[in-house]
Amino acid sequence: MNPVPTCDNWRYSESFSVVGGNFDDAGLVSGRIKMILKGLGLGSDIIRRVALVTYESEINMVSYATGGKIHLHLQPAYVTVEAIDEGPGIPDIRLAMQTGWSTANDKIREMGFGAGMGLNNIRTFSDIFHISSRLGDGTRLKMIIRTGQKEIQEPGEGLS
Amino acid sequence: MTLETIIQSLNLKILSGEGRMLKEVRGGYVGDLLSDVMANSREGDIWITRQVHQNIVAVASLNDLAGVVLVQGAEPSADTLEKAVREGIPLLLSELSAFEAAGRIYRLLAGC
Repeated sequence: MNPVPTCDNWRYSESFSVVGGNFDDAGLVSGRIKMILKGLGLGSDIIRRVALVTYESEINMVSYATGGKIHLHLQPAYVTVEAIDEGPGIPDIRLAMQTGWSTANDKIREMGFGAGMGLNNIRTFSDIFHISSRLGDGTRLKMIIRTGQKEIQEPGEGLS
Repeated sequence: MTLETIIQSLNLKILSGEGRMLKEVRGGYVGDLLSDVMANSREGDIWITRQVHQNIVAVASLNDLAGVVLVQGAEPSADTLEKAVREGIPLLLSELSAFEAAGRIYRLLAGC
């Protein structure tokens, strides 16, 4: 399962499922992704940021959606995490991005979630962050974190 | 300072993570909002909280925290404890309030 990079412009992708409402397993995908990045020897700050944006995405899916997928894409210069949920969608993204704004119910809040910080954390800890949402369809998040390594573009140099 | 020193000084009850008692504690964080703790705690921090459900284990594990102090004698739920044992995360029980636990751990770490 673990990616074994063999050349300078390797790629690796893996997808994970998240089940809505299952707070017991929240954090499993982030933990798995963290282990993958550790195995690649990425810096602890990069790993922490990826783990955070993935965890917040998982919590959002568990809290508000019936489920979803988290896609991890790795290449030397970037870690990309996409979180695509089957949820109700967000009517007003600008509002949802405001710190402190949340539609969480009491059950979610009692567990220490739903403080209206998640999406903001994701934006803060990503280098590039995209959010789009369609009512009745779901929400898509795309988070890109730079690894600080250079992408090798030249043909013939380590192409697989 | 090792986790063990803090445990002895505050007379904390060790519930899990016995294998990590010699881990170095670099600082601390207090919080019950998990997003806040995720964003602001750092590797090697000891985390003081009132939360006892199992997501505290995920947060401690993801951020490589040194341990979690559960204050006011708040026992973790059975599944929280089970998960902490499985992942080797030290859960430490205290009768102190978060305020007092934080104050005492701060003094220890600062060497006052």
